[in-house]
Amino acid sequence: MSAPAVSSASDPATVPATGEVAEVAGAGDPGDLGEGRVVRIRFAKRGRVRFISHRDVARAFERALRVAGLPVAVTRGFTPHPRIGFGLALAVGHESDAEYLDVGLDHAVEPSSVVEGLAAVLPDGLTPDAAVELAPGAPALQEAVTSVEYLMVTGVAAEVAADGVAALLAAGEVEVARSRKGRRSVEDVRPLVRHLSVVGHGEGWSELHAEVATRPRGLRPSELLEALGSVPGPAAGIEFCEGRVLRTRQWMERGGARLEPLEADPRPRAPEVRAS
Amino acid sequence: MEGGRRRPVHGPGRVSWLLVYPDTYEIGLPNQGLQILYEILNERADSVAERAYAPWTDLAAEMRAAGVPFFSVDDHRAARDFDLLAFNLSTELVYTNVLECLDLAGVPLRSTDRGPDDPLVVAGGHGAFNPEPMACFVDAFVIGDGEEAAGEVTEVVASWKAAGRRSRDDVLHDLALLPGVYVPSMYDVFYDGPALREVRPHHPDVPAVVDKRTIADLAAWPHPSTPLVPLIDVVHDRLNVEVFRGCTRGCRFCQAGMVTRPVRERPEEQVRTMVAGGLRRTGHDEVALTSLSTADFSGIDDVVAGIVDGSMGCGNVSVSLPSLRVDAFTVGIASDLQKGRRTGLTFAPEAGTWRMRQVINKMISEEDLYRAVDAAYSQGWRRIKLYFLTGLPTETDTDTLGVAELARDVVAVGRRHTSRATCTVSLGGFVPKAHTPFQWFGQNGVGELRRKIGLVRDALHRSGAQLRWHDPEATFAEGIVSRGDRRIGPVIEAVWRAGGRFQEWSEHFSLARWLDAMAAEGLDPDWYVTRHRADDEVLPWDHVSAGLHKDFLRQDWHDALAEHGLPDCRWTPCYDCGVCTGYALEHVVGSSVPPAGGSQGTGQDPSRGAVVPVELATVRGGAG
Repeated sequence: MSAPAVSSASDPATVPATGEVAEVAGAGDPGDLGEGRVVRIRFAKRGRVRFISHRDVARAFERALRVAGLPVAVTRGFTPHPRIGFGLALAVGHESDAEYLDVGLDHAVEPSSVVEGLAAVLPDGLTPDAAVELAPGAPALQEAVTSVEYLMVTGVAAEVAADGVAALLAAGEVEVARSRKGRRSVEDVRPLVRHLSVVGHGEGWSELHAEVATRPRGLRPSELLEALGSVPGPAAGIEFCEGRVLRTRQWMERGGARLEPLEADPRPRAPEVRAS
Repeated sequence: MEGGRRRPVHGPGRVSWLLVYPDTYEIGLPNQGLQILYEILNERADSVAERAYAPWTDLAAEMRAAGVPFFSVDDHRAARDFDLLAFNLSTELVYTNVLECLDLAGVPLRSTDRGPDDPLVVAGGHGAFNPEPMACFVDAFVIGDGEEAAGEVTEVVASWKAAGRRSRDDVLHDLALLPGVYVPSMYDVFYDGPALREVRPHHPDVPAVVDKRTIADLAAWPHPSTPLVPLIDVVHDRLNVEVFRGCTRGCRFCQAGMVTRPVRERPEEQVRTMVAGGLRRTGHDEVALTSLSTADFSGIDDVVAGIVDGSMGCGNVSVSLPSLRVDAFTVGIASDLQKGRRTGLTFAPEAGTWRMRQVINKMISEEDLYRAVDAAYSQGWRRIKLYFLTGLPTETDTDTLGVAELARDVVAVGRRHTSRATCTVSLGGFVPKAHTPFQWFGQNGVGELRRKIGLVRDALHRSGAQLRWHDPEATFAEGIVSRGDRRIGPVIEAVWRAGGRFQEWSEHFSLARWLDAMAAEGLDPDWYVTRHRADDEVLPWDHVSAGLHKDFLRQDWHDALAEHGLPDCRWTPCYDCGVCTGYALEHVVGSSVPPAGGSQGTGQDPSRGAVVPVELATVRGGAG
């Protein structure tokens, strides 16, 4: 055969918006984790591995679960898939100390040994640090997470950053042009910003701490930075360019209380176990 | 980054190799040749290897703008800091990418412009069987299997380094004395007008003909044992285990089958070990048993059964067999493999009529094809893909239209089972390759290929079959290089200078660049591409040997023109193609009887087009 004139490599996965549910190849219905035990695992994504997509992370976990020999439950039917549910997609290039996945298991496994088993075989930079077994019927990750926190470096001086933050927090409405699935729209993002402050700075840069809601949809760090440069005030018209972004926490709400996803729905009398 | 990645250990006592696949990471990472050498060179105490892939055009532009040189993916080490840059020449259209990588590395493009401080530029792969178009850029080619040669090259370079890296000519001369290594600068080329008269070494001890390297025993090389597992989506993202190397089916268009003889099977037990170990180490849920015709592997049914029934402890794993015959036996295997999703099957009859298939020596009866297709549709497959070549020697419009006829019949067979049956026809323009019986054939020009594609397209109108075809202009450019001589080197360079990178990607390809470059060099494209070669002509690759007697190839070419097929020599008497006798090798085949289900020319009567199988490839559809 002659060589094909057109080769094809898969498209680099597009970056799903923070707060949107990314479809994960190989994962069944989100939340469809079967009748058995479900373990929720927290992991960090740090360093060079920040450049792989949400879908790539999912595949790395699928392979790691097989190498670790964990009894992952599989879906029934023609094409059995491992029962794995991922949370909110993290944009390519962003790091995180608070990523989560839920894994359905055929039989109970001590959560700490899940963490240890995965830690030994995951690629560098994907680091599980804690796990807990969930109560039966616990809601799926992406349905239950209500807000996320970020540390964001932006290329503006501390005073400019402080001006922008103050103006944004004082504004009743902050309109930002957003595109979603190819459609452009102008939306008020102010209600999505739950917390915003300047927490660090250096020559020509500042670090912001933000907590943003994920409902009715999430706010991307890049959109928040754009909003800071567009809200009327002394910083208006200045470009808040994006530096390193680190997701630090994710939160769920239970009866008005804000809970970390490992604390939200633990199986009764199954204490959270942390790997040493 | 990847699983299976080695921690490179550099040091004064080690020869450092940068193994470069001159295409994107996504295409190059799965390449088994590169992974095998990566493992072998990193296991040796005197060498270290890292990898690099061609940066896409946007990244290359950023690298130039920022002054970042071409670097390794393993340790982000600059290419210039390696002792050797080793390129995998898989297909002719990647050659301009080799120049792009050299230029980004800051290494002079031409061998003659390099000094003792520059890395040695070496190349291997199937493209090296006609090294001449790349001869002015590559210091040394390794022809054939690289497993042993890589170590020998390492030793020569190590002594050169230990002696203070003086004259570059010294090390090149020493390399030229290694079996299987071709150093173009040691040879002079003489022409009579446009015709090639002779290629002759100018050192008395450098061989006049460079014979390819062939490892006698695949079992001695159980590589890769720790395959690379990429973190991003790549092609063929699965465990690959090579079950045999070489093929004697004798398809006359197939360079791979001709240059990799003889057949050397991996012992069944070692295949099992490599599958089980590879799956355990990588976490893959799919394994491909690779070769040029995997159903011919002596232990195929036992190995496949062992993997799918779980007795090897591999868990829930799917198996794909990229090159299979199609007959009752192989469709049976295929249905064992794809217990779940049955999305697509690929069959490669290659030509539309029985006459044409005798010419190319791929003797598949229509009856046999329809039976295989019927079995596939009846067992749940919905989509059949058929691979064909057009522009083959002696091809008439009847043969070309035969492609459409076969496709219509395949759809009709499918509709007996499901109204959703579809068939995709993939039509490629034939490019004659060096060291094949068709090396003398004048390739069809762009217009003729376009006309033939048009014939098939019109004949498939409203047939339920879709047609895909390769761009005849890209086929033409491939033809310029595939049988080119040393004068094509400056053409490749001119195409690269005009911005021609990633020429096998349609968005980057333009034939105009190639034709302009040919014109600028005063070369006639038709002389290289569409001209029939005379039987006694000196061919640009005559000083490189794949072990095949030129007389054998010439006889096979005349047999082709006489529409005479030739059975597989694994199970029939030897035709003395030259490889086994010349290299004192033998086929390494576990079973002395042909595989079940019949096979090409074994006990069949080829003249009546009876039950002779076709190739089949299972295609996994969907995500993943």
